[in-house]
Amino acid sequence: MKHSAFFWFTLPSAIAMLLFIFFPIVSVVVQSLYVAHEQVIVEVENCGPFGCTTATAIDQEATAALREEQPLGRFAGLEIYTDRNHLAVDEFGQLWAQSTGVGDFIGRLMNLPFYKAIGFTLTYTFIVTPLTIILGFIIAVAVNSAARALRGPMIFFSLLPMIVTPLVGSLILFWMVDARGILGTALRALADDPSLSVKADTGLMWIMLMVYGVWHSAPFAFIVYYAGLQTVNTDTLEAARIDGASRWQQIRHVVIPHLLPLTTFIALIQLMDNFRVFEPIVSFNASAHATSLSWAIYNDLGGETQQLSSAAATSVLTILGVAILLSPVLIRTWRDYGKTA
Amino acid sequence: MASQAQKRPVLLQALMIAVLVIWMIAAAFPFLWTLWGSFKVEGDFFSLADWTNVLTGDMTTRETGDAFTTQGYAGAWIQEEFWRAAWNSTLVCLFVVTISLTLGTLGGYALARSTYRYAFWFLLVALIFRAMPPITLVSGYLPVFFEWNVWGYLPTAIIVLVAINQPFTLWMLHSFFKNIPQDLDESAMVDGCTRFQAFRHVIIPVMWPGVITTGLFSFLLAYNDFAVTAMILDKENQTMIPKIASFLGTTQTKGNVMFAVAAVVSTTAPLFLLIMFFQRQIVSGLTAGAVKG
Amino acid sequence: MKLKKILMTGSFLVAASASTAFAADCSIESGRLSIVGNEFPAIQTVARNAQECEGLTEAKANLTADHQKINLAGMQGNPAEYTTAIVANSSIVALINEDVIRPLDDLVAAYGQDIPRNQLITINGEIMAVAFMANAQHLVYRKDILEQIGVEPPKTYEEMLAAAEKIRAEGILEHPLGGPYMAGWNLAQEFINMYIGHGGEFYEPGTATVSINNEAGVATLEMLKALSEYMNPDFLTHDSNGTSAEWEAGNVALMNMWGSRTGVLMDAEGSTPEVYENTMVGAPMTVGGNDTPASTLWWDGWTVAKNISDEDAEATFKAMKHGISPAILNDETMGQAVWMIEGYQPAAVNEGVFSAISMQTTPYPMLPHHGLLHTALGDNIADFLQGKESAEQTLSDIEAAYTTAAREKGFIN
Repeated sequence: MKHSAFFWFTLPSAIAMLLFIFFPIVSVVVQSLYVAHEQVIVEVENCGPFGCTTATAIDQEATAALREEQPLGRFAGLEIYTDRNHLAVDEFGQLWAQSTGVGDFIGRLMNLPFYKAIGFTLTYTFIVTPLTIILGFIIAVAVNSAARALRGPMIFFSLLPMIVTPLVGSLILFWMVDARGILGTALRALADDPSLSVKADTGLMWIMLMVYGVWHSAPFAFIVYYAGLQTVNTDTLEAARIDGASRWQQIRHVVIPHLLPLTTFIALIQLMDNFRVFEPIVSFNASAHATSLSWAIYNDLGGETQQLSSAAATSVLTILGVAILLSPVLIRTWRDYGKTA
Repeated sequence: MASQAQKRPVLLQALMIAVLVIWMIAAAFPFLWTLWGSFKVEGDFFSLADWTNVLTGDMTTRETGDAFTTQGYAGAWIQEEFWRAAWNSTLVCLFVVTISLTLGTLGGYALARSTYRYAFWFLLVALIFRAMPPITLVSGYLPVFFEWNVWGYLPTAIIVLVAINQPFTLWMLHSFFKNIPQDLDESAMVDGCTRFQAFRHVIIPVMWPGVITTGLFSFLLAYNDFAVTAMILDKENQTMIPKIASFLGTTQTKGNVMFAVAAVVSTTAPLFLLIMFFQRQIVSGLTAGAVKG
Repeated sequence: MKLKKILMTGSFLVAASASTAFAADCSIESGRLSIVGNEFPAIQTVARNAQECEGLTEAKANLTADHQKINLAGMQGNPAEYTTAIVANSSIVALINEDVIRPLDDLVAAYGQDIPRNQLITINGEIMAVAFMANAQHLVYRKDILEQIGVEPPKTYEEMLAAAEKIRAEGILEHPLGGPYMAGWNLAQEFINMYIGHGGEFYEPGTATVSINNEAGVATLEMLKALSEYMNPDFLTHDSNGTSAEWEAGNVALMNMWGSRTGVLMDAEGSTPEVYENTMVGAPMTVGGNDTPASTLWWDGWTVAKNISDEDAEATFKAMKHGISPAILNDETMGQAVWMIEGYQPAAVNEGVFSAISMQTTPYPMLPHHGLLHTALGDNIADFLQGKESAEQTLSDIEAAYTTAAREKGFIN
C-alpha cells in the first residue's frame, strides 16, 4: 500500500487516539514529574453549627503568588516515582539490609503499598490468564460438539458473565459467597468447617478474586476459540485420521497449531486486562486483603483530597509494566509480521 | 469439525457433557438467581438471616402480601424513569458502534495491506495506548472538557468511548482483513480502481461478518462502561450503568438495591435477542477473521 | 441543648408547604444556577426547591455520588460550570484549597440576614458555606437483648465491650457488635472517631506534620481490635450497607452507626418485628474515661463558586437560600435528614444526632491536609486488625504514607 493511501486510511483513527489517548498520556507523564507548590499554612479559627475550633488553612494570598509563578507545581523529576508510596527506593534498600533472609525480605516488602499491589497484580495476572485461556478452549470444544440447535442459547448463556454489568453482578456474587449466603453455606458444608468465611481470610479472598476473574473473562476466550474451531481444516483432520492419528494427536498436531494465532491475540488482551485488575477488588470490598496498581490509582483519585501526581506516577508505572509484560508476545509478533508482510 | 464424521468414545462424550453442564450452571446460575430474586423484596434477596428466604419469600409475603412483587421494576422504570437512561444508552451504543467500526475498518484495512514496518509500529503504539488505565485518562479530560464547555453531553462520551476502544478495534479488524485475500482488491486496482474504490466496491461487500464480531465487542464496551460515562455525563444524559450505580446508595444513605437488580435483569433481555439474532454472523465473522496475533 | 433549641425554634412557624411544583418568588432578576452535589434525598429536596426560583436564566442540578470527583474540575474553569457545590465538612477543604469558592460575607450581609448565625460556616473569619443538615455516628442498640442480659445501654466503649461479652457468654448472639469497618474510608473514619475520643491530636499544633504514633494512637487501635473480636469475622468488608444488613437480619445487638442510616433500620421494611421494634438509638459513646465522645459531627451545606459573575453568584445565593428555607419542609421532606432549618421537628430516630450535638462532639476536622491522612489511615489499619503487624508498626506506616503524600501535595517540605 502506498504511503499516502495508508496515511488517509488511518488518519481518522490516528486523530482520535492522538487527541484522547496520546495527549492525555503526555500530560500524565508531565504531571508525574511535578509536585504541588508549597502550600503556605496559617492558623485560623473556624466556626460552624457546632462551635468554633482552631485549625489550619492554606494562606490563599501567599499561595496564589506561588501558583501564578508555577502553574504546574514544583519540578520534582523522578522524586514521586522513588518515594515511599511508589517504588520506595530508600525503603527497599533499608529492608534489604535489615532482612534476615529472602522470605523475611519479601514479607516486609509487602508492607510497602506499591509492592503489595504489584504482588497481587502479578499473581492475579499469571494465574488468571492461563486459566482463562484453558477454560475458554475447553468450553469452546465442548459447545462445538453439542447439538446444533442448542448452540445458540449456549453461546448466550456462556456470554452472560461478560454481559451482566460487574457493578451488580459482583454485588450479587458478594452476597452469595457471604458466610450466610447460598454459596458460602455450600462451601461451609463442603469444607465441613462451620467457621469458614471467604471474606475474612486473605488466602481465600485471593482465590475468590481469581475465580471471579476467570469466570468473568472466560467468555471472551470462548467466543474467539469457538469461532476459530469453525475453520479447522476438515481435510487435514481427515488425512490425519487416515494416517492413524489418535484423537489427542489430532488435537495436538492440527487443532492447536491452527488456534495458535488466536491464542496470541487472547493472551495479549488478557495479560493487559488482568494486569489492570480493578473492578473485583472494589466490588468485593477486598482492599484489606488485596490491592492492585489500578486500585491504587483509584484510591489516589477518589479520596477526600485528590492526589493527581501520585496517580499519574502509578499510571506511568502501569504502562511500563504492561509494556514489559507484553514484550515477549510482541517480539514474536514482530518476527511474524516481517514474514507475513 | 469432526464431530459428525467420527464417533466419540462414550467416556469422552460424557466428559464433554459434564463440562458443558458445569459451565452452563456456573455461567447462568448467578443470573438466573438474580432473575428470580428480582421479584422479591430486598429483605429476602439480600438476607443475611437465612439465604433460603429468597426461595420462600417470607419477607416479600409480609411486606407486599404476595410471594412475588414487581416493586423493583416499577420503582426503576416508572418512579426513577430508568427508560431515560435506557434511551441514552441506546444512543451511545448505536453511535459508538457505528463510529468505531467506520474508523476501525478504514484503519484496520490499511494496516492489513501495508507492507511497511511503520504499520507494525502503529499497531504496537496503539496497543501500548490501551494499557493506560481509563480512570487516569478520564481525570485528565475533566478540566479540559469543562474549559471547552463540552462536559456532560452524549457526543463527548461517544467520542471518548470510540477513541478509547480504537486500539482494540484496530487490532481485531486488522487481523480480520489479513485473511481477506490480497488478490481481491489488487486485481480491482489493476483494473483501474483507486485504493479507496477497491475498498468500497470489493472489500466492503465481503467484510461484514468480521465487522459484526468486532461490533459486538464495541457494543459491550459502550453498554457496560462505567468509568467514562459516570464521570463525564451530566445527570440528565446519564446512561444505564451510572444510573444503576446511583440506586446503590452511599456511605451515609441507603440506596434502593432492588431497583438496581430489576434494572439489570430487564436490560439483559434485549441482549438475549440481539445475540440470538447475530450469533450466526458472530461465529462466521470470527471464522473468516481467524484473528491473528 | 442550646443548638437543639435553636434548631427547634420556629417549629410552630411551619408554613404550609406550597413550594413543590410551584415556581417560587426568590426575588431573582436574572442569573444562572448550576448545582453539583451528592444525590441523597435531602440534597435532592434542596436542589429541587432551589431550581424552582423564578427569574433564573438557567437552573440545573447534577447530583451524583461521584460529585467529589467532578466538582473541583467543574469549578476551576472560568466561568465555572457549577455555580454552587453542595459539600460536607470533609469535602469543602478540597474546594477551599484550590480557591474555587468565594467568601459569602457580602451576599449574607445584603440578602441573607435572616439565615440563622449557626448555619454559617466561617473559616478564618470569612463565611464560606451555609449548612443545612447535620449527621453523626452514635450508638444503636437492641432494647430486648439488653433487657435480657440486664444491662443499661452502654455510655462508653468499655461498657459496650462488657455488654458484648455478656451477650456472647449467654449464648444469645455469637457476634453481638457491628460497625462500618470496611477497609478504606469507613475504617479510617472509625479510627478518627476513636482517636478523638481518646483525646488525641492528629498534628503538631499549627503544622501539617502528623503525630499519631503515640499512646492515644495505640489505645485507639487496641480498642478497635477489641471491638472487632466481637464482630462478624467479615467485618473488614462491611460498609454501612453490609452492617445495616447484619442488623436487619438480627445478628447484631450493638453498633456505632450513622444517624442518617438509622431511620431505615427502624421501619418495617427488610426486617422482622422483633428487630425493628426493638431498635433504639443512643448517644455517641465515650472511651478511656474521657468526656469527649468518640464520634465526629458532620454538616452538609452549600457554597458559591468564585469564577462566576457577581450576577450569577447573587442569583445562586438567593436560590440556594430558598432551597433551604423553612418552606421546603413538609411531611415528605421532614424525615429526610436532621435539618438545621427552622421549623424542623425531629423524630425519635434523630435523638442520637441531637445527643451528639449536645455532648459537644468534635466536628470532623476541616483541615486542608486531613483528607490525605484519612486515605493513609484507611489503607493501613486493616493490617493491624488482621494481626499482621504491631500497633506501632501500623501507626508508623500511616505516618510514613501520609508524610509522603503530604510532600507530594506541598504541605510538608
